[in-house]
Amino acid sequence: MISWLANPERFSRIFTPIRPYVGVAAALMFMWGLYLCFASPEDYQQGDTVRIMYMHVPAAWMAMAVYLIMGIASFFGLIWRHSLADVAAKAAAPIGAAFTALSLLTGSLWGRPMWGTWWEWDGRMTSVLVLFLFYIGYMALHAAIEDETRAAKSTAILAMIGLVNLPVIKFSVDWWNTLHQGASVVRADGPSIAPDMLWPLLVMALAFKLLFVWLWLLRIDTELMARRYRALRARLSFAEEGN
Amino acid sequence: MIDLDMGKYVFYVWGSYGATAVALISLTIASVIAHRTQKRKLQALLDESRQP
Repeated sequence: MISWLANPERFSRIFTPIRPYVGVAAALMFMWGLYLCFASPEDYQQGDTVRIMYMHVPAAWMAMAVYLIMGIASFFGLIWRHSLADVAAKAAAPIGAAFTALSLLTGSLWGRPMWGTWWEWDGRMTSVLVLFLFYIGYMALHAAIEDETRAAKSTAILAMIGLVNLPVIKFSVDWWNTLHQGASVVRADGPSIAPDMLWPLLVMALAFKLLFVWLWLLRIDTELMARRYRALRARLSFAEEGN
Repeated sequence: MIDLDMGKYVFYVWGSYGATAVALISLTIASVIAHRTQKRKLQALLDESRQP
């Protein structure tokens, strides 16, 4: 299935017609989510700052999910040399970096009134900052290497090294003393969060996911066109030199 | 009922929503512009390559 979809033309043919529907679904989900964010009750301890959670947590989840996607795509690109794998990983990187930056920024804005600090070098925050640096490093490395094949190989190795950081982020709250609380949604005994707050969180998480899929498909298409442009430009230059 | 009064936390809550809106809208606009530009460039080159 993955090999079948790895054909760029086939991929475009299947996903280009689907893309607008994903965009509309994302917009609708954001509208519904925003309504729920402000219709939900304030927390008895945190007051209105609990509403920051509806931006911070989906952004943090997506920061990790996008990197996982990037790592898997890089693995396929490196091992099976699928032409679309590097394109998919490269297209995901700026979106993942934006989600990571947002999780750091909104976390800081939440931490100041609740913990009394903008930043603390605890396990969770430091590992998310490392994730952000991996995204930046990945994009910088891709931009620095002109040869596409070499760039794909080098960035795939970097992306796969960065995968080690994902379990560190996830389990940092269990391994070390941290200001962050433990997991409250994905738990063996079910979510410990009140349903009034769980629903806005889940709807916003779905909105973030749909936005990611829409942006990702759009950026993959852009990158495929850019590669086609470069190949065609090279062929035309070669033909002109031959004449 | 929607509650938009964030009381003493107004800076932190609206700051978070504002930053998220700016980041996601900017990313969306940049991606759409890049897509349109690339599509136009490719079409122009395809037209050029078809000329005898």
